[in-house]
Amino acid sequence: MAELNLVEAVNHALAYEMANDESVLLLGEDIGVNGGVFRATNGLQARFGCERVIDTPLAEGAIAGVAVGMAAMGLKPVAEIQFTGFIYPTIDQMINHASRLRNRTRGRLTCPMVLRSPYGAGIHAPEHHSESPEAIFAHMPGLRVVIPSSPARAYGLLLAAMRDPDPVVFLEPTRLYRLFKQAVADDGESLPLDACFLSREGKDVTLVAWGAMMQETLAAADALEQEGVDAEVIDVATIKPLDVETILRSVEKTGRCVIIHEAPRTAGFGAEIAAEIAERALFSLLAPVKRVAAYDVVVPLSRLERQYIPSVDRIVEAVRSAMEGS
Amino acid sequence: MGIHTSVDPETDTVRFLSPEGALCRPIPSSIGDELLVMLYRAMTRTRIFDGKAVALQRTGQLGTFASALGQEAVGVGAAAAMQARDVLAPSYRDHGAQFLRGMTMAECLLYWGGDERGSDFAGPRLDFPNCVPVATQIAHAVGAAYAFKLRREDRVVLTFIGDGGTSNGGFYEALNMAGVWKTPAVIVINNNGWAISTPCARECAAASLAQKSVAVGIEGRQVDGNDVVAVYDTVRQAIEKARAGQGPTLIEALTYRLGDHTTADDATRYRDPELVRREWTREPIARLRAYLTRKGAWSQHKEDALQRECLEEVGQAVNAYLGAQPADCNAMFDHLYAALPASYSYQRDMARRFSPRNGGGHG
Repeated sequence: MAELNLVEAVNHALAYEMANDESVLLLGEDIGVNGGVFRATNGLQARFGCERVIDTPLAEGAIAGVAVGMAAMGLKPVAEIQFTGFIYPTIDQMINHASRLRNRTRGRLTCPMVLRSPYGAGIHAPEHHSESPEAIFAHMPGLRVVIPSSPARAYGLLLAAMRDPDPVVFLEPTRLYRLFKQAVADDGESLPLDACFLSREGKDVTLVAWGAMMQETLAAADALEQEGVDAEVIDVATIKPLDVETILRSVEKTGRCVIIHEAPRTAGFGAEIAAEIAERALFSLLAPVKRVAAYDVVVPLSRLERQYIPSVDRIVEAVRSAMEGS
Repeated sequence: MGIHTSVDPETDTVRFLSPEGALCRPIPSSIGDELLVMLYRAMTRTRIFDGKAVALQRTGQLGTFASALGQEAVGVGAAAAMQARDVLAPSYRDHGAQFLRGMTMAECLLYWGGDERGSDFAGPRLDFPNCVPVATQIAHAVGAAYAFKLRREDRVVLTFIGDGGTSNGGFYEALNMAGVWKTPAVIVINNNGWAISTPCARECAAASLAQKSVAVGIEGRQVDGNDVVAVYDTVRQAIEKARAGQGPTLIEALTYRLGDHTTADDATRYRDPELVRREWTREPIARLRAYLTRKGAWSQHKEDALQRECLEEVGQAVNAYLGAQPADCNAMFDHLYAALPASYSYQRDMARRFSPRNGGGHG
């Protein structure tokens, strides 16, 4: 079993599916000869040809739009948006067409496309390269929003995204691309969408996170263990549709919940999870639900970005506060 | 075929029939009287449908509707040049083309009457539904055409956009990709002179919209959009070229919107009635009727029969539309995803519980 980092796992998943399903094709800026600016598509044009690995003109709205047209005609396009700061021009196509084509035509036409993009802060990138827009896409009915937190989950979830009959926005935490390696069997096995993963069992408090924030969250769980706090950690993985049952079950067990995300706090996806818990598990709670989110500020340039991303210390402090609430 | 460096509306506009229905140049021998009569019938059918749809809206029996009054030649001429296996990516005023493709009048009424089943065409199954956002459909056409090219399929995609839509960045982005990829796509600009109340001169300072093809390296053509022969012949050539792997074409069809933008609009607020009266002397249906009549291929008797036939067809479509029961509230959830995600069952159950059909209130 090969040891892969996250970006290699993405590459392997793309290659596996292209080799096994000739309707899969890739399009995006600089993904061909160059293999993508992060090398997610490295070697794929040489292997599968220019017709199936397409270097597009620099036009994000049209990249999403032609993917809609391709998908409607039976292809499975996987479109790469080079950085999430440039994903906003795709919103017109994603909200007005990709997410609605099945509904609009009562299932006559469908849109099995994947919109991939590196996502999040922490790699000292220029402005507009570090955004976390998952809540924007999660608000659109008809889309799936998937965020892996490890190489194995990136491999299995991306395969599932490519096999899903509906459009999927697949956000890849840039900070994790090369952070660590993990044994990944390149066997074509997918992981379930619409399901949270229980990453660590515990009985005292439920920590809910996704993507790169799983790093700080798991580290915080380790630190809390030293203090005698047994934290359960949930990797949401599919933001939309949300597997709220798994979260509720955990909160009913632990009585406490801290939600951690890298996107700004206001109207972030943590608010949605907190609201679901308030509506459906309030009387299981021993303390108010806490959110540890990025501040409601523009993602700062690199010198301050570590202070923007929620730290292990902030998570630990929020959990301590939740523990006092009993 | 070389790349045009300019399109001059004075010299490059394709026209066979003058506004009076006289021949400006010989009609190609491949376009026989039988085809011309078919085009005439299709335009008439569209106009009679439009009149009825507007009347239904005025009497509260249809939602907002976008009439194609005056510009029937663009949709009819273009769609008549397509094969059944080709794909249409329409805007929201292209039912003249959609009827020829096989979309039924009842489906059109269902759509404008507020029912998604109106976009589930019994046929053609692969045509795109109406596109209400402006200019996004051009990218769909280019992507669909790419799929055909990749699979070496002998199929072409035709898409329509209005004059106002060409101001949108999405139009240029997709046109550019069509050029780079040489996709079998034909893009028809339905230049009816108005983007709601904004005249074309306030949309674009170029001498023609067909010129927008120059910057992306594809061929641009301009036709008299009130001459159905010119539209048909030009689109036919563009489709043949696309089918032969010679890439896309941008066609600007010059027509005029004789009606309001939609039934929610009042064009008398911004339009000189004198200009509209003048445009009525150039409209496409009377023009072709004059030509066919002079040739002996059309008569008052045939006209009366056609009018009766169309009115009957429209009447049947209206009955089918008015008789269609509204969909159940489940319909909001049924086609959102291939299978409804588990987390949605709570919301669907609530919709059912509050549905008037299940004794619920107006919630």
